[in-house]
Amino acid sequence: MFKNILLRLKQHQFLFEELVKRDFKQKYKRTVLGMGWSILSPLLQLLVMKIVFTTFFGRNTPFYTTYLFAGNLLFNFFRESTTGGMGSLMSNRQIFTKINVPKYLFLLSKNVSTIINFGLNLIIFFIFAAIDGVPFTWKFITLIYPIIYLILFNIGIGLILSALYIFFRDIKYLYDILTMLLMYMSAIFYTVDSYPANIQQLFYINPVYCAIKYFRSVVIDGVIPAWWLHLIMLGFAALALLIGGVMYKKKNHHFLYYV
Amino acid sequence: MPVIKASGVSIRYITGDFKDIGLKEYITRKLTKNFVVHEFWANKNISFELEKGDMLGIVGSNGAGKSTLLKAISGIMVPTRGRIQVQGSVAALLELTSGFDGDLTVRENTYLRGALLGYTRKFMDEKYPEIIDFAELQDFQDRPFKQLSSGMKSRLAFSIACLVNPDILILDEVLSVGDGAFREKSGQRMKEILANGVTGILVSHSLSQIRSLCNKVLWLDHGEQMAFGEAKEVCDRYQAFLETKGK
Repeated sequence: MFKNILLRLKQHQFLFEELVKRDFKQKYKRTVLGMGWSILSPLLQLLVMKIVFTTFFGRNTPFYTTYLFAGNLLFNFFRESTTGGMGSLMSNRQIFTKINVPKYLFLLSKNVSTIINFGLNLIIFFIFAAIDGVPFTWKFITLIYPIIYLILFNIGIGLILSALYIFFRDIKYLYDILTMLLMYMSAIFYTVDSYPANIQQLFYINPVYCAIKYFRSVVIDGVIPAWWLHLIMLGFAALALLIGGVMYKKKNHHFLYYV
Repeated sequence: MPVIKASGVSIRYITGDFKDIGLKEYITRKLTKNFVVHEFWANKNISFELEKGDMLGIVGSNGAGKSTLLKAISGIMVPTRGRIQVQGSVAALLELTSGFDGDLTVRENTYLRGALLGYTRKFMDEKYPEIIDFAELQDFQDRPFKQLSSGMKSRLAFSIACLVNPDILILDEVLSVGDGAFREKSGQRMKEILANGVTGILVSHSLSQIRSLCNKVLWLDHGEQMAFGEAKEVCDRYQAFLETKGK
């Protein structure tokens, strides 16, 4: 099945490229800074958090700037990718109700621009980590695992949300609240150390926290996380993709009745 | 071996379920047992066959189910009942100007539309000058699409679409775009394409157009199949029907 998908992607490569271009242009139309905003806005966010939270958490947390940045970086990637993905099917209704094209392409093309943004911010993250004095080791290579994990997980959630959004518009507001809750549960600006050990384990229910934890563990502590964290992440990504994929497959011909 | 075979095709729309009325209304109606779903059959038990080289005209008043049937043939919808078998590649030109992006330039939109219709980049690179020439938009290539007049938009859409070389060509009201001169040019182009032995389906409100282009005609009325057969015979009956209705 996976080979099949790749084959179809190859077949639709030109369409995919054109959709990516369009999404990029739509995103930055009539802005002066254009892509600059995708770097500037997380940096400003980081600055505010650093100023506000250093007094509370910064004193006892080593490399607090890197700690904050890692949390922000991954959570923003998750939020941007999934909220952007939610509307991807709906906003292309003019196309898929008139022309028979694979509908998941709209979500994937939308994701490409968020992945590129994420890549840029990742580079800045490493620059900040270097300034912060974090020792760089070969173990940084393993960061590829949480990155690929989050990309796949985001696509899975995007599939689910974009399909739900067609049937149930309220999901937009519901999801806003949900991401806000998820953000507070992701230990972005605080540390989980002050909780008892069994509560700390509960944080791993949050799929985004898993990726953040992985990043911090490798970058700040220089430790590659245990095998079970890899397993949990694999499970989350597979589950999200599976549910999303099944929804698209089952509802493929129902979407157009609801747009 | 027919190229298109529709046997007993029915397509149902559902209205009044929770997507229309919202969650709150859905729950209150469920609780008070007032919840009813209305069905609406856009096509009822439609059957026809087309051989290679046939040109089918579909006639009928607004809301007869013509566009729904075309969507089922092009694979966008699946019939609720019955089957549609299609042999070969389908190019469907439905409601041409929707799906363009107003902020992209004419050139970018041309490539995007080409990609949507399943052409390759190489093919588009080759054909792009021809498309722009045919649409007479040489001076507008780098303008945002939204600045074009509606006539220009349709001309561009038609020009991209008529490059197709499919086995089956579906045309929904597309031969009535542009001004008189362009209409003549586009009619000419369509005849050239059809001369190459493609199977075509044309929806039009112009009976004279149908008479001149089609050899078979399907007449729909409120989703029902009124007639299917030789163009002249069905057109005559449809015309007679229109005249009695008009009185």
